[in-house]
Amino acid sequence: MTTSFIFRWTRLLSSAVLAGALLSGCGYNDFQTKDEATKASWSEVVNQYQRRADLIPNLVNTVKGYASHESATLEAVTRARAQATSFQITPEVLNNPEAFQKFQQVQGELSGALSRLMMVSEKYPDLKADASFRDLQSQLEGTENRITVARQRYIASVQDYNVTVRQFPKNLTAMVFGYEVKPSFTVENEKAISTAPAVDFGK
Amino acid sequence: MAAILRFFTALLCALTLGAPAFAQLKEVPTLTTRVTDQAGMLDAAQRQRLETVLADYETRTGSQIAVLLVKSTEPEAIEQYSIRVTDAWKLGRKGVDDGVLLVVARDNPASLRRLRIEAGRGVQGVLTDAQSKRILQDVIAPHFRQNHFYEGLVAGTGAIATLLNGEAFPAPKQAPRQAAQADEGFPVWAIFAMLAGAFMLRSMFRPRGRTMRSARGGSNWGGATTGFILGNIIGNMSNGGGGGFGGGGGFGGGGFSGGGGSFDGGGASGDW
Repeated sequence: MTTSFIFRWTRLLSSAVLAGALLSGCGYNDFQTKDEATKASWSEVVNQYQRRADLIPNLVNTVKGYASHESATLEAVTRARAQATSFQITPEVLNNPEAFQKFQQVQGELSGALSRLMMVSEKYPDLKADASFRDLQSQLEGTENRITVARQRYIASVQDYNVTVRQFPKNLTAMVFGYEVKPSFTVENEKAISTAPAVDFGK
Repeated sequence: MAAILRFFTALLCALTLGAPAFAQLKEVPTLTTRVTDQAGMLDAAQRQRLETVLADYETRTGSQIAVLLVKSTEPEAIEQYSIRVTDAWKLGRKGVDDGVLLVVARDNPASLRRLRIEAGRGVQGVLTDAQSKRILQDVIAPHFRQNHFYEGLVAGTGAIATLLNGEAFPAPKQAPRQAAQADEGFPVWAIFAMLAGAFMLRSMFRPRGRTMRSARGGSNWGGATTGFILGNIIGNMSNGGGGGFGGGGGFGGGGFSGGGGSFDGGGASGDW
């Protein structure tokens, strides 16, 4: 009675130890570490995009004060912001290439609308001289740079993770536990970059 | 067959394309001093004075401010270059992230910008992007336009320091490392090392039995002296060039290193 009891417990314990050794040996823990790292760098990306979205209402109001008849550009920014902020960012976005693509697209549209707004504001000397506009402009510039940095770091962490998922023998572990390659950022305006810009000196 | 071909093609591509693409980026200089002048914009005395001021600021407040002067950051923009520098240098204390880097790229084309303040995560409450931009435009640029580089840097770092004073960062570690150097006398732990050494030697040389009672006093004394010397050597070893700087905003005999602070790309770029 007692001996079989002890025997059973020893067997359980040793199999648990063996399973632990096997799991950590075949890279299970690596997946946990790297998966969390990508999640952390992803939150930083989302965080910085949110920071940009928070700046926009102030910016739009300031520009409106000086350049009210640029309503088309202003509305485009407001609309793009609304779209970008209404896009639900769930953790699933990370593992879903289509949702990721969509996220990138709405943020890219907002970037485009914003850069048009900044271009338009160049035409108004009074606006450019306004202290609060200058502050907002530099905050926006800083935030755009933060977004770039956060994206770079996300790309690096995803690369690290994806390499682990695809390399032998850890790809077997990935297969068993269902860890898949994560999508990463790509250049948003691939077409725009590959076509040469038209320069017009006529004006 | 096709797979093998594909593999070799990929290998060839990687070898021919990959290497030069990476080599083109400007290298991050190694961090040895607070003021790194690769563009020859300051003379030795000016560099030393600025260095002393920044070192003094760190001993008083714990925050690290560094200045990097380079010729150009091409092909990168200055902010891409400076984030690589701050990632490598890790200015500011770990967890506090109170490091600031001021970068000047003298010969950069206008599109890549020539001035940059890289603000650590922890200082962005007081040194906001807008404030950084103002420092660049209103404090540094007017001096630089007249080629008064030293004055511009002094005014700029002064403005940064003034802003940082507005935030209550944790106090610097008391008794900075200079005080622990050998000329200042014995640090407490060296005495412990000495005692430990004495005990070790004493136990090694202790007579096994109780028969050599008469010799015991002598050997005991001998052990203590050797222990003293040993402890002293150990003490000097780790005080001097042992290589143990680093740590929380470390500054030791002539070397300088970041304390592990992190950056997120906040700050501002500008021109003059």
